[in-house]
Amino acid sequence: MTQTSAISDDAQQRVIAVVGNPNCGKSALFNALTGLRQKVANYPGATVERRTGELTGLSDFVLIDLPGTYSLTARSADEEVTREVVTGTHAVEARPDAIVSVVDATNLSQHLRFVLELRELGLPMVVALNMTDLAAREQIAIDAGALAAKLGVPVIETVAVRKKGLDELKDALSQAVLAPPPSPLDVGDSVRDRQRAARKIASSVTISEGIGHKTTRQLDRFLLNPVIGPITLFGLLFMMFQAVFSWAEAPMDLIEGGIGSLQSFFAGALPDGLILSFLNDGILAGVGAVVVFLPQILILFLFILVLESTGYMARAAFIMDRLMASVGLNGRAFIPLLSSFACAVPGIMAARSIANERDRLTTILISPLMTCSARLPVYTVIISAFIPNEDVSGFGLQGLVMFGLYITGIIAALVVAAVLKRTVAQGETDTFLLELPKYQSPNLRFVLIGLYERARIFLRRAGTIILVSTIVLWALAIYPVAPEGASEPDIAYSFVGMIGGALEVIFAPIGFNWEISVALVPGMAAREVAVAALGTVYSLSGSEEMIEAGLVSVLNSAWSLPTALSFLAWFIFAPQCLSTIAVTRRETGGWKWPGFMVAYLFALAYGASFITYQLASYMLA
Amino acid sequence: MNSSVSDSQLGRCSAGFSGVVTGFLSPSDIDGENRIDRLREMGFEEGLDVEILHHNPFGKDPIAVRIGSMTIALRRSEANLIEVSAA
Repeated sequence: MTQTSAISDDAQQRVIAVVGNPNCGKSALFNALTGLRQKVANYPGATVERRTGELTGLSDFVLIDLPGTYSLTARSADEEVTREVVTGTHAVEARPDAIVSVVDATNLSQHLRFVLELRELGLPMVVALNMTDLAAREQIAIDAGALAAKLGVPVIETVAVRKKGLDELKDALSQAVLAPPPSPLDVGDSVRDRQRAARKIASSVTISEGIGHKTTRQLDRFLLNPVIGPITLFGLLFMMFQAVFSWAEAPMDLIEGGIGSLQSFFAGALPDGLILSFLNDGILAGVGAVVVFLPQILILFLFILVLESTGYMARAAFIMDRLMASVGLNGRAFIPLLSSFACAVPGIMAARSIANERDRLTTILISPLMTCSARLPVYTVIISAFIPNEDVSGFGLQGLVMFGLYITGIIAALVVAAVLKRTVAQGETDTFLLELPKYQSPNLRFVLIGLYERARIFLRRAGTIILVSTIVLWALAIYPVAPEGASEPDIAYSFVGMIGGALEVIFAPIGFNWEISVALVPGMAAREVAVAALGTVYSLSGSEEMIEAGLVSVLNSAWSLPTALSFLAWFIFAPQCLSTIAVTRRETGGWKWPGFMVAYLFALAYGASFITYQLASYMLA
Repeated sequence: MNSSVSDSQLGRCSAGFSGVVTGFLSPSDIDGENRIDRLREMGFEEGLDVEILHHNPFGKDPIAVRIGSMTIALRRSEANLIEVSAA
């Protein structure tokens, strides 16, 4: 698998841009042609990152996957990228040598309008008539030869997900870049002119019209039903959060057991001392505390990937639009916000598909309030330690508390959005206009690849950021060494003890002890590190029996209930990790908005924790 | 405005409406022109069958509309730019 930059490659390489409407299977075709792993989603705006890859078997061709768009009149930031690249006005991207224009065979005249617009660019072009299998199932028959004659460029029938027609497409491409560019077609240059011309061409090359996608209409009758629709949506979200807890239990126990036996093995094999402490208290207690959450994160992503690839996500946006409109956003914001439950970074990037600048800014600013998967480890530890594992009318109490934390984040996000739209992001609300794509059964291969990528990213973070911060923390917690005959645990005399003591002054009113205060600092690198840090701090300050019992029972005996609740409240709002701040800076073009974001989240977190701690202390007293 | 007696705006119709697109409201400014171009790009065109399939559960706005072989979700304010006549 090679990832090549189209800009820096030698002059020998030809650059081919893959262009098409949203939902034409463009990303799937790109994957099939390059063998590059990429997420395939059904909602408009899935392709927000720049993706390039060498054409398999033809390494002197570089493909670039451009964001899906309905026309070259850009209406959002990601559509602007497409327009700039194909017109040769992009700041860094060179103008492509040729275009693969991807067309959905089941929706020919709509997609042809865009092909006609692309033809005016005067670039060599090959049309990929994609999804011909779906077209056949809908009894649509198209004369590809006649279409090629009308358009004056080669037309290749493809089925991207089954890798059909790829060799023919490659052949056509290698010929097209050598041939002179096709002569222009004269169809007029208003949208209306192109629409008419496209309709005319489509009807002259269509042999049979087709019967439409029956399954989609039948499914929508249920999933967009005024009563069943919202119940299904909220039921799905609820099930997602229950599953994160119940399905993950067995694999998590397994990982935890594995780490525990490794620690016992080291304890038995190595003499007591620095090396043993480094391995057991530093690496295993820290990194292990995070790795154990891999199953939960994968289950969450499984749900999101399946919802995306089936086409349900656009329906969710349709159902949510009314609710979003009430706080001045539109349903399109639901897609980046739902992605933010997995991680705010792809969520903030997906906000590029929102045309209105102020709506986009508001969406970016509230996305950290969606509980990302990095906060799962934090919630899980505290909930396992303090919330009894009981059944409340059929539902696990722990799952319900988790659901409550997510809901609190969502409500806070809506309130913040409403406030922002009336203050810093004032202005007219953008309208909501979204294609509801056909339902497709989720492609197992792409879901599995997506999960594999998530696991890889998570474990890489565990092996880098988390490992490094854990080691640094461990070192700071060991030195300076405690004086002879000290009454407190050694760690209280170390740098960590000193830093924690200083921070405790700030955090005491919200019930945080010095151990928590210390853990918040490395928690800025990545939120799950807070758990790793607690693992290390308590591992060093505790007795052997406490370590064996695991972090959950250590916290249970070390924290009061108000402190635990306050800690949960803190993490609903907790100022986000460094990567979120960095991506916000990149997407908003300066430090102003990331600064604002950190400040308002810190204020909210402190306020919420203060109220939670004081209220809980008062009620339990 | 080129609306005749039998014409109506799509945004004023309820779910279940089925008819034909007869035209678009004449835009009064560049912004209006843009909005109509956008609707055309999403597949709305004179002479095409149009049907309101669903409306939003919380307040009947936005609506999901079948136009040609596509389904488009849009707000009623936007749909009001589209003139239709019942089939």
